[in-house]
Amino acid sequence: MSSLAARRRSPLALLVLLLLGLTFTGTAYAAFAPKAAPGTSAATATQEDVEAGEQLFLANCATCHGTNAQGVDPIGPSLIGVGAASVDFQVSTGRMPLPAPGVQAERNAAQVQFSEEQISQLAAYVDSLGPGPDVPDEEYLDLEGADIAAGGAAYRTNCAMCHNSSGTGGALTRGKYAPTLMGVEPQHIYEAMLTGPQSMPVFNDQNLTPQEKENVIAFLKYIEDGGNSHGGAGLGSVGPAGDALFVWTIGIGVMIAAAIWIGRKAA
Amino acid sequence: MSEAYASTLDISFEVKGGLLMRQLHHWSALFFIVGIALHAARVFFTGAFRKPREINWVIGVVLSLLAAIEGFAGYSLPDDLLSGTGIRAMNGFMMSAPVIGTWMTFFVFGGEFPGEAIIPRLYIVHVLLIPAILVGLFVAHLALVVIHKHTQYPGPGRTNNNVVGFPVMPVYAAKAGGFFFVVFGITALVSALVQINPVWVYGPYDPTQVTAGSQPDFYMWFSDGALRLLPGWLEFELFGTTWSMNIFLGSLLLLPLVWLILGVYPFVEAWITGDKREHHLLDRPRNAPTRTAVGLAAISMYLVLALATINDILAIKLQLSINDITMFFRLMFFVLPVIVFFLTKRICLSLQRHDREKVLHGHETGRIVRTPEGRFFEVHEPMDEYERWALVQHDTYRPLGLEAGGVDEHGVRRPGGGSGLRNALSRFYYKDTIAPVTPAELAAAHHHGEHEALDTPEAAAGIEQHSESVSDTPGAPVSGHVEDDSIGAGRRR
Repeated sequence: MSSLAARRRSPLALLVLLLLGLTFTGTAYAAFAPKAAPGTSAATATQEDVEAGEQLFLANCATCHGTNAQGVDPIGPSLIGVGAASVDFQVSTGRMPLPAPGVQAERNAAQVQFSEEQISQLAAYVDSLGPGPDVPDEEYLDLEGADIAAGGAAYRTNCAMCHNSSGTGGALTRGKYAPTLMGVEPQHIYEAMLTGPQSMPVFNDQNLTPQEKENVIAFLKYIEDGGNSHGGAGLGSVGPAGDALFVWTIGIGVMIAAAIWIGRKAA
Repeated sequence: MSEAYASTLDISFEVKGGLLMRQLHHWSALFFIVGIALHAARVFFTGAFRKPREINWVIGVVLSLLAAIEGFAGYSLPDDLLSGTGIRAMNGFMMSAPVIGTWMTFFVFGGEFPGEAIIPRLYIVHVLLIPAILVGLFVAHLALVVIHKHTQYPGPGRTNNNVVGFPVMPVYAAKAGGFFFVVFGITALVSALVQINPVWVYGPYDPTQVTAGSQPDFYMWFSDGALRLLPGWLEFELFGTTWSMNIFLGSLLLLPLVWLILGVYPFVEAWITGDKREHHLLDRPRNAPTRTAVGLAAISMYLVLALATINDILAIKLQLSINDITMFFRLMFFVLPVIVFFLTKRICLSLQRHDREKVLHGHETGRIVRTPEGRFFEVHEPMDEYERWALVQHDTYRPLGLEAGGVDEHGVRRPGGGSGLRNALSRFYYKDTIAPVTPAELAAAHHHGEHEALDTPEAAAGIEQHSESVSDTPGAPVSGHVEDDSIGAGRRR
């Protein structure tokens, strides 16, 4: 019994357990990454929320954006009129508060500093400073009844030139980049289109209607779930570059190995 | 969407095995071009393009050009967003031709871009016109191999007057036939497992759209890369017309230039060496150091241009600035060939010196012997003469020495002829040639019996003297395997 028990727990078990624990914590955290509740705006928030948001703002954002969100030249832009959607996008994707100065802020779920409630309060406070786009309503995020094909067409016309036709991202000038759209929350995709963060242009409701935005999101979720994955390994979805890398390394390598093998056979 | 795109989707998703056939087709095309590139490199670096095979080299160069055009025409046919972008680039290439650009574009496209004519035209080019020329030239290519016989690597008993080995039938035919099935199997396996040209991802072509990371198949990269590297200020206006040199140089000039340089190389080298003899024995690349270095320098330039095509992919994968990458490639286009040339040539020369060392002293055994006087030396095992032959059989070329005052082997002044350029190139190619070991040198080394005899400074000086002595007889190349060993031995003392 005691020998059995001793054998049951290998010293490696601790390592495996630790690894599993870390993996699941990370995944669960990413899955439940906080974001403002749909429909958040100053109009839907209570006065207490706006005041709590102001306290959060003064503690976490005012250094760069100014105590009245008027902006501090050159380190932080004015936030008056950016709206709740912009705050939710920047804060709940981990882009803001900016962890370090760089070419551009990047999505990082591990850097999200606030709870869902706090982000809603922050968003309500910034929205109260001047009217701006609100966090989108649930009806445009559930992807029910969305037209994937129309979304693909809209995506290729408006998004693919920077984010790549397979949504894996692309390079911009001087180290800036259009990030990958795989694994991004529908709410965040919607808000990005609405507010045009960083180098991205704004796609307002006259440009792409809420329904068209939902179509685009549905298209992205469709290809994220493998809707476009036919014909084998995609080699990173970088077009002929991946094919060239493959054919010049593994492909021709196997061919040459076969040629050597046949050549070595006695005549 | 166009009929072409609809048909490609139909083949991919409705026809049984259609997607596999499409992928097999595209992967085979890529393997074909890679095979051509490696074959061309092998022929180049072993000097197999020399007389009498210059014409076959030219045929091969034309075949490789046709293969690239065939590939371009082929991947333009599905009319998806990526291939349409490629055709749009070709449209721009043609438009950049001075004066006639616009007319040429209208002629090829049958009107404004994109029109409805280009896909049917490229289709017939892809399925009939170029395949017919390819097959014809390919038959000529192989017929010339039969007529000339295959080249052979140097070895005992192998000369420029014989072919050593087995006939094609039956052994090589069986091996080549078996290799066909192996190649087919590997290609089929790759096609079944690895996606290529997913046209449904790119969507139908629409001139208002483009996707990030667009680039052609790799054999067209060098031209696309040149466009990305050429600075925009090369475009200017003259007499109310626009001259897009930034596009013209990287496309209409560069594309033919690459194949032109490839095609004329055998004739240029023959002119530089003044060697009019037939060659059926191959060069080991180290024994033609300048040719090897020139070839690798050219490949390095080509690679810089090719990699510039994926500057955006490199930027996002390596998290670098695309501007920095572009500037780096611009610099490397000029600097890298110089570095590669220098390094390759030095490596070739050291390998040749190492060959001399091995022939004179034999193989190192790693066994250290201490003599009664207390000296240490490493025992070398003598090399057997079959192995030695491969290391000493090659010709030594010398600069032509056709400048004023040049004399032939009888001390008679050469008649005029040979431009300054030819002399300069000849010196560039052969000024620091390392001669293979002569029988006299070998005899001397063996006569002393003690490998260290040649390690002494006097003996080393003797070798240096000897290599200079041969250059007293300029013009025709001196065979490394001289029967009369008085040249080497006489000068050694």
